[in-house]
Amino acid sequence: MISLTDFLIVSAGLFSLGLFMIVSKRNAIQILIGIELMLNAAILNLVAFGKYDRLNNGGQIFALFAIVLAAATTAVALAIILNVYRRYKTIDPAKVDKLRD
Amino acid sequence: MTVVQLMFYVLGFIVLASALFVAASKNLVRSIFMFFITLFALAGLYVLALADFVAITQVVIYVGGILVLILFAFMLSGKETLNAMQQQKSQFMSINKVAALLLAGLFFIVLLNMGLKMGADNLAWIKKSISLNNNISVTDVVTNNIGINLMTRYLLPFEALSILLMMALVGAAHLSRKEQRQ
Repeated sequence: MISLTDFLIVSAGLFSLGLFMIVSKRNAIQILIGIELMLNAAILNLVAFGKYDRLNNGGQIFALFAIVLAAATTAVALAIILNVYRRYKTIDPAKVDKLRD
Repeated sequence: MTVVQLMFYVLGFIVLASALFVAASKNLVRSIFMFFITLFALAGLYVLALADFVAITQVVIYVGGILVLILFAFMLSGKETLNAMQQQKSQFMSINKVAALLLAGLFFIVLLNMGLKMGADNLAWIKKSISLNNNISVTDVVTNNIGINLMTRYLLPFEALSILLMMALVGAAHLSRKEQRQ
């Protein structure tokens, strides 16, 4: 079977790519995609280790919870992005620097 | 090398390569569609980890829901976004990128070191689980067990999640409403 170390390596790569996107990108949507990559790396680890828990299915159930939480996060974040775009006409987080106009 | 391992390496390569493309691409639309491929290949990896229900959920919620939402937001915020992306050539940007690259690279080294040194296949609880025959084998049907566990053992997190989903729904609807008067 596939060893757990391989899963750990793939998810380490995904996590670092997501971190790179979050720090370097100047566009809120791309930052959101970076967050999704990091969440997916975590879910991959949960699922890979969940293989060794047949009775309680802890890993798989919390992977499901994480997926649903990611969906909720994305919905709220996109609503915020659209509001910011309507007010500032840009979605570069570095340019959104006014608390109140 | 068995077929399963070969499939794992191919899928893992697809995941990492498409994620790299997502991170490196200047074109937002292309990076969103490559993200689609990343999510599908990740669903394949979940199947190889014997979690078929999670894989289906990944396809339904991530690919069907989140990706469509991201595309929708991109199209609503349209032209300005693309213009902002075009002017990413100044000197400041490259310095910013070097710092990000350094941070991500160091994180990768730490995580890789941890993953290789830990010896994940020889952990105590994993050995115990194998000796107690508690690991999922290829012929097992896990979905029934997930349903039963969701309604008994994990009922409290499930209900907390349902409340949080309702709050997110109300919050998103409130945020995206039209402003009536100031």
